[in-house]
Amino acid sequence: MKRRWVLVAALVCLFARPGLRAAGAEEEVFAVPPPPLSEDYYPCAENCHNDQETDPTPRVLEEEHTDIKLHHAEQFRWCLDCHDADNRDKLHLQSGEKIDFSESYRLCGQCHGAKYRDWKKGIHGKRTGYWNGKKQYLLCANCHNPHNPRFQPLKPEPPPKVPGSGTLKSHAKGKHLKEQTHDGGEEK
Amino acid sequence: MSKHNVSTVDPKKASRRKFLKGMAAGAAAAALPVKALAQGSSGFMTYGSWEEYFQKNFQEMTPEEVKATLKRLEEKYTKQYGKKVTVKATPPMENVLFGYALDLSRCIGCRRCVYACVKENNQSRRDPQIHYIHVLRFENGEMEFEKSERYYNPEKVPEEGHYYMPVQCQHCRKAPCVKACPVRATWTEDDGIVVVDYNWCIGCRYCMAACPYEGRAFNWLDPKLPPEELNPDTHYLGNRPRMRGVVEKCTFCIQRTREGRYPACVEACPVGARKFGNLLDPESEIRYILENHRVFRLKEDLLTEPKFYYFFG
Amino acid sequence: MNTLMEFLVGTFILAFRGGKKYYAWMGSLILIALVGLGAWVYQLKTGLGITGMRDPVSWGLYIANFTFLVGVAAAAVLLVIPAYIYKWGPIKEIVLLGELLAVAAISMCLMFVTFDLGHPERFWHLIPGLGILNFPISMLSWDVVVLNVYLAVNLIVPVYILYNAYQGREPNYKVLWPLIIFSIPAAVSIHTVTAFLYNGFPSRPFWNASILAPRFIASAFCSGPSFIILAFQLIRKHTQIKIQDRAIFKLAEIIAYAMGINLFLLIAEVFKEYYSATVHLAPMKYLFQGLEGHNELVPFIWTAIAFNTIAFFLFLTPKTRENFFTLNLGCVLMFIGVWIEKGPGLILPGFVPTPLGEMWSYAPTVPEVLITLGIWAIGLIIYTLLLKVAIPIEVGEFRQIKDRLHGIVGQNQ
Repeated sequence: MKRRWVLVAALVCLFARPGLRAAGAEEEVFAVPPPPLSEDYYPCAENCHNDQETDPTPRVLEEEHTDIKLHHAEQFRWCLDCHDADNRDKLHLQSGEKIDFSESYRLCGQCHGAKYRDWKKGIHGKRTGYWNGKKQYLLCANCHNPHNPRFQPLKPEPPPKVPGSGTLKSHAKGKHLKEQTHDGGEEK
Repeated sequence: MSKHNVSTVDPKKASRRKFLKGMAAGAAAAALPVKALAQGSSGFMTYGSWEEYFQKNFQEMTPEEVKATLKRLEEKYTKQYGKKVTVKATPPMENVLFGYALDLSRCIGCRRCVYACVKENNQSRRDPQIHYIHVLRFENGEMEFEKSERYYNPEKVPEEGHYYMPVQCQHCRKAPCVKACPVRATWTEDDGIVVVDYNWCIGCRYCMAACPYEGRAFNWLDPKLPPEELNPDTHYLGNRPRMRGVVEKCTFCIQRTREGRYPACVEACPVGARKFGNLLDPESEIRYILENHRVFRLKEDLLTEPKFYYFFG
Repeated sequence: MNTLMEFLVGTFILAFRGGKKYYAWMGSLILIALVGLGAWVYQLKTGLGITGMRDPVSWGLYIANFTFLVGVAAAAVLLVIPAYIYKWGPIKEIVLLGELLAVAAISMCLMFVTFDLGHPERFWHLIPGLGILNFPISMLSWDVVVLNVYLAVNLIVPVYILYNAYQGREPNYKVLWPLIIFSIPAAVSIHTVTAFLYNGFPSRPFWNASILAPRFIASAFCSGPSFIILAFQLIRKHTQIKIQDRAIFKLAEIIAYAMGINLFLLIAEVFKEYYSATVHLAPMKYLFQGLEGHNELVPFIWTAIAFNTIAFFLFLTPKTRENFFTLNLGCVLMFIGVWIEKGPGLILPGFVPTPLGEMWSYAPTVPEVLITLGIWAIGLIIYTLLLKVAIPIEVGEFRQIKDRLHGIVGQNQ
């Protein structure tokens, strides 16, 4: 269900913006799902920023966006390094070029060159679809929160059953032993 | 969405039918799943027909015989599971040799792949619980299998100070299991997939003794596959329902990959650690990895030459 | 009635004639066999899951017994060589009993492997022409071939000799001789091939030692003759056949040398693994010391080593070798010792730890043990019946007599 929705969105993305830029290796368009933008804020310009004066001074925001804790080279960086000051619905590259959130990989790629290269080749990050055909890409932001990019820990699926533990009493005992050895002191 | 969806009987309807049947038989509601499970099995001496008992090895069947076999199996499974099951025998593609790569620096040990595999490939759910993928946890700085742990069960993964290594059939170029089989019930297909003909396997388990990767599992009892969980899109050499007393293994999801799709484990991995493609295609993802990353294979000293690579992306 | 029919009817009658002890012996064996077969039916209906085996240890008690019994079968060659090649009288008189033991042992082997199959009804997949025998690539296919050939040879030679003796003729040695000569390498080959079966795969370091085949042969020359010595004493006590002490002591002497070699090879193996202390040491540690709390094999293997060592010295010293109490004690100790060493002691450490390092303990279940005992009982029934016919022919009690079946004389067994 979810995958279907993602794919539809991706196709919309693809067809909505053809011919935006000239074709080229760097300008390749990837089938990506919509960026994970918060509905509370987006579109940012229309909702708030059009009515506000831009203060370009790097500072800790105390009234708005307090939920965002920047853990992404925060000592060097602040909002407007990535978000465009003139149009909050856009991001900008180092060159000044304004880009959509759906192209945010180009922004990430400015620093993470090796990862960007691997991502473009389908090596970094998850791909679904066809190994010999159309692939569904994900944006960096689909897996990494740009403000706190470390991949968040997950609850693992259950461990396998010790073979025979369902049928044989002798092995049920073995399972008990196993659980004892690795449940001790490993809480995280 | 997917062009490979097969028309199926509404699973809800099918299970309701089963339910009513169970009720009619006076089975308690709690005992029902057990009953449904029992129907999903076919053990010794429950051959549907003499044709089934005297069926040839798949490699020796003529195209007509393959067709007849598939038809017979489809009818059998459809009846057995109460929903439309298709059994394909999609042949290998030309100029394709499948390879797999797993990024150890990404894997977080969440076991999503393990269960996606079980779901896709119709493994027995319990007793025996069959998993094609064993996810091993190592302490950082270790890679000795005897010190690995496969039953880890913390609140969250990855755990501090550990890394994870999923192991499944390595689809060796020089597969010891293929060498071992006394009846050629297991072999390497032209696209490099090591497969088993479940109807030809005699269940001697010599291949299991031969495999250095624990890539093979045996149906010690009737496989327990609830009909509502059956994936009805099946391949003869892949995920069709198995019977008791035969060996089975990862087939790189032959029913998917021979039609261009990725294996289920690749699509299930939340961190994109699993990569799959055609080793003969210089433009493929797998070739990119081999050429641009340093890779290694498990137990390289045994010279089994797996087509399953590990790398650090 | 032609000669063959007469012979067959005669053997049939012989099988049913016997004293109280014979009926008690056969009756209890049949009872155990029936219980075992009942357990097998249960296994056929339910699956091999009724045994203690699972994926981590996918071979267990059945294959352990199979391996051990291949050794017992191969040991017949120890009688064949002195009897036919050196024409040594005392053993020539009894060589047939040894060959028939091989028949019984191989029958048990074939039963053990068949009962271990997930789909025994698909056995025809192994028959060339009908099915596909993966020969010569699979070592298991080699085993299928050599075991059946060895069974055939050991059946043909004694039956041919006995059938001729029954008719009061000398066998045609032109026919027999090539078969006898062939049976010698065949005996070595069955055990070598069985060793190669385990030996050939680096996935199992415990088996992947080139010393395995010589060790198999050496230990086979202990277990087989031990059984033969015990059996021969019983046979000569309960039947008319004469078995000279000299023959028995000669076998005991051979056992001493074989066990000496076996213990030496064991030491060589233990040294290599413990001194080099690679990851391949783990299965040996599991066997001898226990590993990660899994020490179920430890008492067994040390019992085996103690038994084998004691027996070795009993056989080595002429005084104890030629005393029937110590001789028999040595035989019992050695039979048990080799069974442990080559049965569970060989199979289980092959699997544990698993190739990916899992520690998992195998223990046979009750039905599995019953099936195993059942097969042993069937094997003993086969041997008893074979002897029941062979001995009267050998001692000249069962002979073709022109006026019908009066040649059959009752046995007081």
